[in-house]
Amino acid sequence: MDIHDIRQLFPILHQEVNGKPLVYLDSAATSQKPIQVIEAIDTYYREINSNVHRGVHTLGTRATDGYEGAREKVRKFINAKSTEEIIFTRGTTTALNTVAASYARANLHEGDEIVISYMEHHSNIIPWQQVAKQTGAVLKYLPLQEDGTISLDDVRETVNSDTKIVSIMQVSNVLGVVNPIKDIAKIAHENGAIMVVDGAQSTPHLKVDVQDLDCDFFAFSGHKMCGPTGIGVLYGRKQLLENMEPIEFGGEMIDFVGLYESTWKELPWKFEGGTPIIAGAIGLGAAIDFLEEVGLDQIEAHEHRLAAYAIEKMSAVEGLTIFGPKEAAKRAGLVTFNLDDVHPHDVATVLDAEGIAVRAGHHCAQPLMKWLKQSATARASFYLYNTEEEIDKLVSGLLKTKEYFSDVF
Amino acid sequence: MSSNNLDTLYRQVIMDHYKNPRNKGVLEDDSLTINMNNPTCGDRIQLTLKLEGDKVVDAKFEGEGCSISMSSASMMTQAIKGRNIEDALKLSEVFSLIMQGKDYEDDIDLGDIEALQGVAKFPARIKCATLAWKAMEKGLKEE
Repeated sequence: MDIHDIRQLFPILHQEVNGKPLVYLDSAATSQKPIQVIEAIDTYYREINSNVHRGVHTLGTRATDGYEGAREKVRKFINAKSTEEIIFTRGTTTALNTVAASYARANLHEGDEIVISYMEHHSNIIPWQQVAKQTGAVLKYLPLQEDGTISLDDVRETVNSDTKIVSIMQVSNVLGVVNPIKDIAKIAHENGAIMVVDGAQSTPHLKVDVQDLDCDFFAFSGHKMCGPTGIGVLYGRKQLLENMEPIEFGGEMIDFVGLYESTWKELPWKFEGGTPIIAGAIGLGAAIDFLEEVGLDQIEAHEHRLAAYAIEKMSAVEGLTIFGPKEAAKRAGLVTFNLDDVHPHDVATVLDAEGIAVRAGHHCAQPLMKWLKQSATARASFYLYNTEEEIDKLVSGLLKTKEYFSDVF
Repeated sequence: MSSNNLDTLYRQVIMDHYKNPRNKGVLEDDSLTINMNNPTCGDRIQLTLKLEGDKVVDAKFEGEGCSISMSSASMMTQAIKGRNIEDALKLSEVFSLIMQGKDYEDDIDLGDIEALQGVAKFPARIKCATLAWKAMEKGLKEE
């Protein structure tokens, strides 16, 4: 599919915002949805809607087939061994919290160590802070290199036999760096720790293979990869999941309920208490079909080109600082930046007047903002539907922003 | 560029307060200190108020943020200095009405604050403008 065909599939892109054609450069916050996903959810509610795993009736069977069919799509998409290892959650945050609340609280003790990095998103920081408080474990941060990358030497130095959990994001939502998860997982395992991966920013953009990464848990969200909001996935290694207790109890997750004791369903359902996110899972399944039809390799290559182009063009803007590595080869498709003397909120407001949507703020990464010595930054993030022409519009918007603020001063 | 639109937000007087903030700093001694931040964007303000009886005799702010949040803080400190607590809180109510685009009693002399009226047309920026005012309200309501 060429870029024109791809854009045609996203109805939201074909509108004007503030009198200008929309230039949506905020896909790292949430991606837009192709017509296939919108229609899959629409069809579900119009023709299939029913509760899963219980009805004898026909719609109940169809809904169950749709929901469990989506689980199989996810399994294949990330190359898990079995659908028992695929748990539907509300998103990455819930997935990481499940690992923290179930696995970590049961297995960590005083003096054990949890290793994360300075670039983590709040959802991969706070659950571990809470575990540390509850168990007496120590939370340690991997330092970053000058360009924002993680060095394996630092990993070797920080991870030791006391380390029980290493939890790192695969792609940074601010720096754009792609972390060497496979190598970090190897070091974690050599020290007897488990490897948890926050895949929120990687799964939409590059081919993920959980067996090749050799990680123990992998979390991601549907809404950043063309799927709906409210659905995400926790992948977990079967042997670990089997020995973990659910964190939500109630309908759907039980095997037998007595007056004072109950038993749980098998994997993965013991972790899915309550009526599941059926339409969300079906929407995510449609998103996976779409991404596979376009091809993850093609998406990754396209974003790489956009990132390289954006870095080249944006570097030419005087007074603009780009955070993270300058070499496009080291990054995914987003560019975080600041403009001298103009606060990122003001940058975002002026760009918005041009129809250009970018993110401004701390990007849910306050420790990283501290490391960057910035209170806030602006971010342009790209996806399969963005074009070089849109990056040109961004750059001319930035030049106008500079001009505007030098005029009013 | 639709500058007309932007010009309703970035008025000259706002930019002046942003570039040359009034009452920037921290009051020492037995002043009232209020810290507040906007968790969605990272803007933060430290407001210190000196009260004598029910009167705000001095006000200063420190903080980090965009042109709207910092200029609003500058204007707010300027506006409440010398007012009694009740008046300052009344002004805060009026400011809140302005931000919501609602009518307010027009016998109040708003001074520079009037320039912030345009913020109401930029919903995403209202929280920037109200940060310092919320800090002031919090501090004075506790008194």
